[in-house]
Amino acid sequence: MVKKLMRTFVSEFKVRATEKAGDLRLRQFIRTALSGYEAARDRRKDAFQSWEAARQAAAQIKWQAVNHLDEHLLALTGKLEARGTRVHWASTDAQARDIITQILRDKKARSIIKSKSMTSEEIHLNHALAAAGFDVVESDLGELIVQLRHEAPYHIVFPSMHLTRGEIKDLFQKEIGDSPSDKPEDLTMVARRFMRQKYLSADVGFTGANFAIAETGMISITENEGNSRLTAALPKTLITLLGIEKVLPRFADLALFLPMLATAGAGQAMTCYNTMYSGPRQPGEPDGPEEWHVILLDNRRTELLADPEQRDALHCIRCGACLNVCPIFRNVGGHTYGTTYSGPVGSVITPHLRGLQEWKHLSSASSLCGACTQACPVKIDLHHHLLQNRHNAAAAKPDLVERLGYKIFGLVANEPKFWRLGKKIGWLTQPLQHFVKGSRLDPARAWTKTRDLPPMPRETFKDWWRNRPRAGSQDRSIGTGL
Amino acid sequence: MSERENILGRIREALKLAAPFPGAHHEPADHLSPGPDTAQAREWLPGVGQTQEQQFDLFAKNCAELKADFQRFSSRDELKAALLKIRDAEQWRRIASHDGELTQFACRELGLPTLFTDRGYDAQALEQCDVGLTECDVLVAQTGGVAVTSRSTGGRALTVLPPHHVVLARREQLVADLPAAFARLQATYAPHFPSMISFITGPSRTGDIERILVLGAHGPKKLTILCLLE
Repeated sequence: MVKKLMRTFVSEFKVRATEKAGDLRLRQFIRTALSGYEAARDRRKDAFQSWEAARQAAAQIKWQAVNHLDEHLLALTGKLEARGTRVHWASTDAQARDIITQILRDKKARSIIKSKSMTSEEIHLNHALAAAGFDVVESDLGELIVQLRHEAPYHIVFPSMHLTRGEIKDLFQKEIGDSPSDKPEDLTMVARRFMRQKYLSADVGFTGANFAIAETGMISITENEGNSRLTAALPKTLITLLGIEKVLPRFADLALFLPMLATAGAGQAMTCYNTMYSGPRQPGEPDGPEEWHVILLDNRRTELLADPEQRDALHCIRCGACLNVCPIFRNVGGHTYGTTYSGPVGSVITPHLRGLQEWKHLSSASSLCGACTQACPVKIDLHHHLLQNRHNAAAAKPDLVERLGYKIFGLVANEPKFWRLGKKIGWLTQPLQHFVKGSRLDPARAWTKTRDLPPMPRETFKDWWRNRPRAGSQDRSIGTGL
Repeated sequence: MSERENILGRIREALKLAAPFPGAHHEPADHLSPGPDTAQAREWLPGVGQTQEQQFDLFAKNCAELKADFQRFSSRDELKAALLKIRDAEQWRRIASHDGELTQFACRELGLPTLFTDRGYDAQALEQCDVGLTECDVLVAQTGGVAVTSRSTGGRALTVLPPHHVVLARREQLVADLPAAFARLQATYAPHFPSMISFITGPSRTGDIERILVLGAHGPKKLTILCLLE
C-alpha cells in the first residue's frame, strides 16, 4: 500500500515536472514576475543597515521561541484566555476540521468569509466545509482566483502568479459574471465589489496568522489588501487557525520580524496592514467579533521538533523567499510538488509532515545550490536539510541496487588496475551507446533521455600527465627560483 | 488527557534533545540565549535621520513612495482649508469619524452628516460613507506608516471600510523607527491593550494579477495623512 502510494507521488511529480519544465511560455512568465520581485527585494535589503545582523538576530529569536515552545504556548494561551478568547488545541488536521465545523454548527452559521491561510490549505478546510454544506469564500484576491478555479495556491505568498490577466478575466466572467476588461485595476475592482457585501453579511470570519506573541497574548496578521482587517472586524464570530510554531517571545520582536517578512516575502519595506489582535471585542469598543476562537494546530510539527538537526525548519515564517530563488521551483512551478508547502522549505518539511519515504523524492529534486539557504531571512539551513533528508531516507530504507552499484564503483575506483580496465572498456564500448541512446537499453538512460553524454576522450588525463611535454632546463631553473 | 496536554507532552519530549544554535551548526547549544534584545534592531533596520525635521522628511518620502498623501500644517486654519479642499474635490456627502479632539474639530468644520462609530454603529451605514476620518497613535518615519487601535480610533472597521481614510495626526506622534513605535504602544497600553492594534502603511494594495500594483483591493483606495505641527 505504502509502496504503491510512494510510486504514485514520485511518478506524478515526474510527469508534472516534465510537462511544466517544457512550458516555455509559463517559465518565461514566472521568470518575469520573479525578476521584478528580486529587484524590489534587493533594494529593500540594501536599505537595512545590516541585513545579515538582522537575519542572525531573527534566527536567534526564533531559536529561542521554538526551543522553549511549551512555555511560550502556555504564556500565549493564558493571556488570550484571560481576555475572553476561546483557545482550542488540535493534534491532527481532522481534529482541527472537527473543531471548526462544531463552532460553525453551534453558531448556526451558513456563510464564512476567509482570509488567506496556508495552514487552512494544509488541513484542506475549504473542501471539508463545502462538503458539510457551508458557503466559504476566500477574500484575498489571489486566493479567490484559485478558489474559483478549484485549484491549490501556486505559491504560498502569490497564489495566482501563474495566471495571466486574460485567464483571470475569463474566469471572472464565467464565475462572477462581471469583467469589464482585462486590466488588473478593473479586475481587482470586480473582486472588491463582489466581496464588499460578503464582509457585511458573513456569519463567521476565518483567518490564519503570521506570528503569535507570548508576552502579550496576541495574534499578528500581515497582509496588503485589507481583507483580513475586514474579516476580523465585521462578522460576529471569528476563528483563527495557526500552527504551534508561529510563536515569538516578545511584542517588540515584531519590530524586527514585520519588516523582514515584508522584505523577504514581497520586496516591501512593510506590508500595508500589520495587525495585532489580543481578544474579541472588549468592553468600551464599538465593534469586533463577540466570540473569537483560536485553534493551535500540531499536525506533526512536534515530529519535526523532535529532530534537533532539522528543528530550525520550524523557524519558517512562510515568506516564500526560498521558492522565489529556487531553480527547481522556477522551472517546475508550485503545483508540481503536490504539497501544501512547495519549494525548498516544502521539500524539507513535507517528509516530516506526511512521511519520509513517500516524499523523499522532493529532496532529490534539488541541485543543492544553496540559493534557498542564502535567501532565508531566519537562516534555516535548507539545502543541508535536503541532503539530510536523502541521507535519512537511504539509512531508513536502503536501495539495494544503488548500494550494490556504489559497492562496485568503490571497488573499481580504489584499485588502479580495475580503474584502468574500466576506462578501456568504457572507451571501447562507447560507440555502441550511440545506437541505444535514450532508449530502454541504455544504461545511462536517466541522463541521456534529455541530455548528451560527453564522449570519453582517447587520451585520459592520466595519459596526458604521463606523456606531457617536459619543460626545458631554462624553465626548470625559473621554477626552482620561485 | 486533553489535546492540550498531548501536544505539550510531545513538545516537552521533543525538546529533551538540544538543537544546535543558529550559526553554530553541529555544536550542541549548552547555553540558553534569550536572543538579542530587540531594541538593538534599531542598528540593523533601515536608517532614519537624527533630527525630527529629517524624520518628517523621511516620513514624507516614504508616503510618496507608498502613494499616500502626506501634508504638514503649522496652524488649524491651514488644516481646515486642506480638509475643505479635499471634501469639495471628492464631493463628500457623508463622513464617518470618532470622538477625538482633532476629529471633532474637523467634523465641525466639514459640516457634513457624520456617523460616529464610538458607541456602536450600523455597518451598512458605515459602508455608505465617503471617508473615514480618524486620529492615530503613532507615525513611523522609518516606514511611512501610522498605527491605529480599536480603542483610540473608533473601532476596527472605521479605518478600513470607507474608500478614503483620512488621518489627523500631531507632531508628537512621530517616532523614528519601528522599535520606538512598539515601545510607545507598550508604554501607552500594557497590560490592557486594545483588542486590535494595526500598522497601516499606505493605501490598501494588491499585486495578485501579474504582480502589477493596484491600489484599493479591499481597504481604502486612498490614504491621506494630515499632520498638525502647532
